[in-house]
Amino acid sequence: MLSRRDFLKLCMSAALTAGLTEQLLPIMRQAFAERKLTKPPVIWLELGSCTGNSVSLDNAVNPTFYQVLHDMIDLRYHWLLNAAQGEQAVQALMDTVEQESGNFWIVVEGSVMTADNGRFNHIFLRGNEMVTGLAALREFAPRAKHVIAVGTCACFGGPAAAYPNPGGAKGVWDVIKQPVINIPGCPSHPDWITGTFSHLLMYGLPQMDSYNRPKMFFGQTIHDLCQRRQQYEDGIFAAFPGEKGCLYKVGCKGPVTHADCPKRQWNHYVNWPVRAGAPCIGCAGPGFPDSTMPFYEHLPDVHTPLGALNVKKIGAAAVGLGAAATGVHFITGVMTRRVGKNWLEGTKPQETDQPENLEQLKQELDDLIRQQNALISESKSLAKNKVKRRLPRTFRKKVVDFFRPGPKHRR
Amino acid sequence: MAVQTIFPVTRIHEPLRADIEVQAGKVTDAWLGAHLFRGMESMMLNRDPRDAALFTQRICGICSSAHSIAASMAQQQAFGVHPTPTGQHLTNLIYAADIIQNNLRHFYVLVLYDYVKGPDIPPYVPRAQTDYRLPPKVSEELLQHAKQAARKAVQAHEAMAVFGAKAPMQQTILPTGVTEQASGERIMAYSSILQEITEWVENVHISDVLTIAEYYQDYYSIGAGYGNFISVGMFPAPLTGDRSFPAGLVINQGQPETLDVNHFAEEIRYSWYNGDGAGHAPIQAGPGPNRDKPEAYSWIKAPRYKELPVECGPLARGFISGDYRRGVSVMDRLIARARETLKICKLAQGFVAAIVPDTPSFQRYTQPDSGAGVGLTDAMRGVLGHWLEYKHNKVTHYQIITPTTWNFSPRDNRGVRGPVEQALIGTPIAAEGELIEAGRVIRSFDPCFTCAVHLFKK
Repeated sequence: MLSRRDFLKLCMSAALTAGLTEQLLPIMRQAFAERKLTKPPVIWLELGSCTGNSVSLDNAVNPTFYQVLHDMIDLRYHWLLNAAQGEQAVQALMDTVEQESGNFWIVVEGSVMTADNGRFNHIFLRGNEMVTGLAALREFAPRAKHVIAVGTCACFGGPAAAYPNPGGAKGVWDVIKQPVINIPGCPSHPDWITGTFSHLLMYGLPQMDSYNRPKMFFGQTIHDLCQRRQQYEDGIFAAFPGEKGCLYKVGCKGPVTHADCPKRQWNHYVNWPVRAGAPCIGCAGPGFPDSTMPFYEHLPDVHTPLGALNVKKIGAAAVGLGAAATGVHFITGVMTRRVGKNWLEGTKPQETDQPENLEQLKQELDDLIRQQNALISESKSLAKNKVKRRLPRTFRKKVVDFFRPGPKHRR
Repeated sequence: MAVQTIFPVTRIHEPLRADIEVQAGKVTDAWLGAHLFRGMESMMLNRDPRDAALFTQRICGICSSAHSIAASMAQQQAFGVHPTPTGQHLTNLIYAADIIQNNLRHFYVLVLYDYVKGPDIPPYVPRAQTDYRLPPKVSEELLQHAKQAARKAVQAHEAMAVFGAKAPMQQTILPTGVTEQASGERIMAYSSILQEITEWVENVHISDVLTIAEYYQDYYSIGAGYGNFISVGMFPAPLTGDRSFPAGLVINQGQPETLDVNHFAEEIRYSWYNGDGAGHAPIQAGPGPNRDKPEAYSWIKAPRYKELPVECGPLARGFISGDYRRGVSVMDRLIARARETLKICKLAQGFVAAIVPDTPSFQRYTQPDSGAGVGLTDAMRGVLGHWLEYKHNKVTHYQIITPTTWNFSPRDNRGVRGPVEQALIGTPIAAEGELIEAGRVIRSFDPCFTCAVHLFKK
């Protein structure tokens, strides 16, 4: 079996050659054959979802989703795929919960509808009782080995929780007490899903950031990895989506979105939004979509009683969040709940839903700015050292070319 | 009299509860209820109208491009802009690839296991015990094809991503076209994938559907329904706007008539929304949710055309375009869908051929301060409409009617069953505990409840 270090390397670079799933499955197969691992029983619950993540996982490449099913997990319940229907399917679900208690994984797709005590989303009938998604999740989660939220809806509420959120949609970790592994994205990339599953199987919990996202996929911003980054540095900006230049001014949310899309690309590495001239809409971010809308307007400077915060600072803080991992929940709160919903040109009417406590908010913002200043000075000191570490020009070019998708990956 | 409940009806998108009354081995009545409510339309209010296409496609992960296209058509009308010829072709190509993907996955992932025993591992076990009629050899061959189909569907999504950036939830469609360039290299990438899929659909997919039909001939007379069909057409041509699939209406398997969208109305007597008054048109504000309404049993409203329940989807388009008129049944729906897949493959080849490489795939525009527009296109499973109104660059009205609401509507204000409820009537049931036959009827419609549940609230 791969060492964990090699595994991480593979996850972070698989896009350069072929599908991650393609590279992982032989390893998994061997591990199963040598009885080093057993396939985990998996219950896949679809709550307030659009099925987009299941469809995206179906797009796992070469080998297909079929082989993921056969070689990686033991998928006991997934209503899109169960041959059984009704009572028989529910029985299979309940048997798994009973017999595999403490052993099975719950994968949740879609946000948890909490309004009216969850009655906006029933998911199955047990005996004569209509069971809500909320109740099922709360019942099963304590008995599961891992709870995995797939897609931005399950992680953070996502589009299903957009204002005014009549269904009371929430992320899984907001409604249960167990730790949740968040694999966001709208939809989530199949590599992110299979990669996280594999890590869990082979090495246990992956390293995660403060949003519980595996760092191997969400450790850097789109902006940092972007092929158009140089144009940003050179000040060449597109004036309309689809034009040449950095898309920041037409709304790209790359600077505040953590994901490796530029490197990994989508659908067997055919394309990804910014390459296709479409600004990143920040679909893997915790505030999506409210805090990243309007999609075609660039992130405005955020005016606060303590001065203007602009996108660079927010970006720096976001990077800091990823790096510092824990203990920065207050910034998280400010960024997603306060800044995200109240100040960014979003959809919420300005007069309603003011922060409940201005003093507290001021304190939080103050902390945020202090944190940012620390980060900025730190990055300045790092920048000083960088000069020395510069590689010879030709070699650097080789490296850059290596990371840039060549013709053979473009199709 | 015995009413049996299937919940969840599996291998469809999202929660569906089916209550089925069986007497003397036949279905005598049925009630279909959808059980998820998100309220996406109310979320569109006060947003930038340009965000409609990117936001509303999040309604559905299986046919995201359909919503995106309907929304951008509504935007085009509201903004007073038109797609460039290349832009229109590219939009059609993105859509064609998504339809192919949907149709392959529908048959090989969702429908097939109603007729063929899958492998002996979960999630293919447990399964119904009765009525698998294919000889083991044929069965095995179909399962092999299912694996190939999975790969073809992945490839179809790759083709979609060539111009759509990613799939599902493509990101490049704008009111004037597509942000991706129509470069020679991209066109080649798309057309080579398309070529491969077309051959496969022609040689394998269609014959697989016919194989199933051969062993299950009784399903040519099961699942008939009303025989009323509706389509708003799809794949508009550049400049003229003529659609490769025409819009139209068929009553009781008769001749196609002209369609007037002003006769659309949504009724809510049996849906969990406030009030039970007359049906309301999609350009009017609708009611808010009320989960405690006594008579109601579904989150889906009952859209009607001149108070008539109508079916939509590939069979409806077949009847309206004249491509397929053998009859109305479970098998007819499956065959019409497979044939349509091939037709769309060939249409897409035409779109590819019509593109002049490196011509503008979009044009810059600035939207007026206020406007209104309607976007109508058929989605994979039928009629889809987006109604948009905005003032001072904020959306003031958004309403969507989706395909599954037409097909899976509950009873309307006059108590008339929805199309699928009606189609279930008369279905023979061999084993009452399993109701596999009812599942077959339901799945032949390619239901998707993700999109079906919606409201508008001021």
